[in-house]
Amino acid sequence: MTTPTTSAPLLAVRDLSIDFITPDRPPAHAVSRVSFTLQPGEAMGLVGESGCGKTTLSLALLRLLPPQGRIVNGSVQFNGRELLALAEPEMADIRWRHMAMIFQGAMNALNPVVTVGSQIGEAIHRHYPFMSPPEVAARVAELLDMVGILGARADQYPHQYSGGMRQRAMIAMALACSPEIVIADEPTTALDVMIQAQILDLLDNLRRHLGLAVIFVTHDLGVVAELCDKVLVMYGGVTAEYADVDTIYNSPRHPYTQELLKAFPDLSKPQAALNSIPGYPPRPDALPTGCRFHPRCPLVFDRCRTDQPALLSVSPVWSSQQSSGYAGTANSKRSGEVRPTHLASCHLVENDK
Amino acid sequence: MTSSPSSALSLRNLHKHFDAGRPGLLRRDDRLVHAVDGVDLDLGRGEILALVGESGCGKSTLALTLLGLERPTSGEMYFEGTDVARLRGAALKDMHKRIQMVFQDPYESLNPMMTIEEIVEEPLIVHRSFPTSDQRRARVIQALEDAGLKPADSFLDRLPHQLSGGQRQRVVIAASLVLDPTILLADEPVSMLDVSIRAEILNLLADLRARQGISILFITHDFGTVAHFADRIAVMYLGRIVEIGRTEEVLRAPRHPYTKALLSVVPVPNPRLRQKRTILQGETPNPIDLPTGCRFHPRCPIAEDRCRLTDPPAVTLSPSHSAACLLIENDK
Ligand SMILES: Nc1ncnc2c1ncn2[C@@H]1O[C@H](COP(=O)(O)OP(=O)(O)OP(=O)(O)O)[C@@H](O)[C@H]1O
Ligand SMILES: Nc1ncnc2c1ncn2[C@@H]1O[C@H](COP(=O)(O)OP(=O)(O)OP(=O)(O)O)[C@@H](O)[C@H]1O
Ligand code: SF4
Ligand SMILES: [Mg+2]
Ligand SMILES: [Mg+2]
Repeated sequence: MTTPTTSAPLLAVRDLSIDFITPDRPPAHAVSRVSFTLQPGEAMGLVGESGCGKTTLSLALLRLLPPQGRIVNGSVQFNGRELLALAEPEMADIRWRHMAMIFQGAMNALNPVVTVGSQIGEAIHRHYPFMSPPEVAARVAELLDMVGILGARADQYPHQYSGGMRQRAMIAMALACSPEIVIADEPTTALDVMIQAQILDLLDNLRRHLGLAVIFVTHDLGVVAELCDKVLVMYGGVTAEYADVDTIYNSPRHPYTQELLKAFPDLSKPQAALNSIPGYPPRPDALPTGCRFHPRCPLVFDRCRTDQPALLSVSPVWSSQQSSGYAGTANSKRSGEVRPTHLASCHLVENDK
Repeated sequence: MTSSPSSALSLRNLHKHFDAGRPGLLRRDDRLVHAVDGVDLDLGRGEILALVGESGCGKSTLALTLLGLERPTSGEMYFEGTDVARLRGAALKDMHKRIQMVFQDPYESLNPMMTIEEIVEEPLIVHRSFPTSDQRRARVIQALEDAGLKPADSFLDRLPHQLSGGQRQRVVIAASLVLDPTILLADEPVSMLDVSIRAEILNLLADLRARQGISILFITHDFGTVAHFADRIAVMYLGRIVEIGRTEEVLRAPRHPYTKALLSVVPVPNPRLRQKRTILQGETPNPIDLPTGCRFHPRCPIAEDRCRLTDPPAVTLSPSHSAACLLIENDK
């Protein structure tokens, strides 16, 4: 583990834009100018409805986009190193060893004819070829123990595991080389609530005890509220809103965030009617003009249809001063003087200035 | 015990056991999987009853038994007051029409080669409900509109992949409505969907109940999903109902330690309300070797010695609320 300095974040993503190129079709702008930073031990929730670009953004951080995907702009710095400038072999060294991903739907991605233990062992061997077989076996047992699977189960095949155990085995595999960052893409969607709680608890412990930084991709706002410090709400490939978790849930400024929260069932208010957001997120090859949310926005006004709103800092109620416009440069928990960053891309934010 | 005539469906001491040995192989194993193990349950007419429990506790097996796709091992089942075991011929067929199921996955439960019209029409053909194709088409259009797919004729020729997830799940619902059922068994109908589509489908089901008086058994592992629209909640553990009551009773004053644990892990969409979670380790134990005494005792945070010995009966807490835990009697 590297020790953090307050100035250089573990991960700094700036203005990242990704297109999908299909022959004879206009490029699809799946992600446009997304920025954020991540400190060691920090957990950021990446939320938004299906098709908003969450997986695309995650894959781009590891440079694992499918062939049609192009990073057309921006920078991704890991510990000060520009990942987008690295040659592929150097990038391969960063992947898994420093930054690992748990893929969406991964629990079905285990090889059915190889034991779970050998699959994890293979991942270790790839990055640490000098480790002896007994050392690898010991590490496999340690990893399985960490995710709450009995070491003796290493010799079993994936079909002998339940869905929740397979998902935890995938987490063990992502942790095999002790990375500093784990990107978890919908790791608990479709799992039982109790197993989901077990997995969240596991990630939270790793973060607290090993300083693991986590990017948690999900459409489940409840899970984000339980686990994360920061939240980036994506809509149609852009940042709708970015703030610390308390601000997102208690004083959201983007109408999309507000609507998403109203659509999420809340046990503490069982009488409240559930709100759905009529319509669907835009396709990246047919983005609306102006604000990407305007066709569904309950607060839409004329300007929204023509001008794309900039990502602006929201003035905190207790201060008239503006914080830096760059996501994540300020960190509320670590230094008392700097105000938490709160950014939103909506014309209404600009209006109140 | 008899069934109450106001119930759409009543179960009395229902069991469904499977052989533990794998089918097709020589049976080396004469042990049983107690998937449903003594369930008493009434679904009122026009009621939305949520059936909540962890993976593997027997929820789908119970639904498949109600649907007639699995034969109960023992126990009684009443459909609108009539013992199902006595139904024959036309009456039995009619019951099968009146109980319909909505399955979990809108991506897997639709045949990708069939148009929306063919998918929704299929149950009508199977049940020979309408003789002419014009009549069938009119019925299909009505069902699509009831499921909120408007204008319905613009959907008839489309294929499933041309629809969004929420629209696909509406097609699944339309196909279950086309036979004019009085009971819908909805098995995790929204767990694969996005939050906002989820709200849309839940509102649709609530609306169907309000407009057509359909009774709904809503199966899920997530309290959050049902809190907003179920009238009552039944909590299932290892093949048994361990607590049942009106939604507010179960959410505000849960009495079974399993219900309390399940409620404690429901993610709360507000970081200020993060609560202490009771995380039960492991998964629902294997229903082959049921624990002695209370089936929850190996994972129960408050178990005492006697919990290993006595299978707790349901304790009545109010006319609508009961729970099966030995420690409840204590605090009366
Ligand atoms: N290989 C590809 N070629 C063209 N378009 C693509 C490709 N992969 C994804 N897209 C499009 O990019 C957009 C963003 O997709 P992405 O998978 O990142 O969304 P997501 O937010 O992860 O959604 P979900 O919640 O459903 O996983 C979608 O509109 C998708 O259709
Ligand atoms: N045909 C069968 N043969 C043997 N065992 C079965 C069969 N069907 C189900 N079971 C077992 O019965 C138990 C209950 O299964 P069921 O599918 O009803 O659970 P569930 O509550 O619906 O779970 P989930 O939430 O994962 O869908 C499980 O242990 C399962 O393995
Ligand atoms: S810019 Fe306009 S359309 Fe977009 S979110 Fe704000 S109010 Fe709604
Ligand atoms: Mg995705
Ligand atoms: Mg099931």
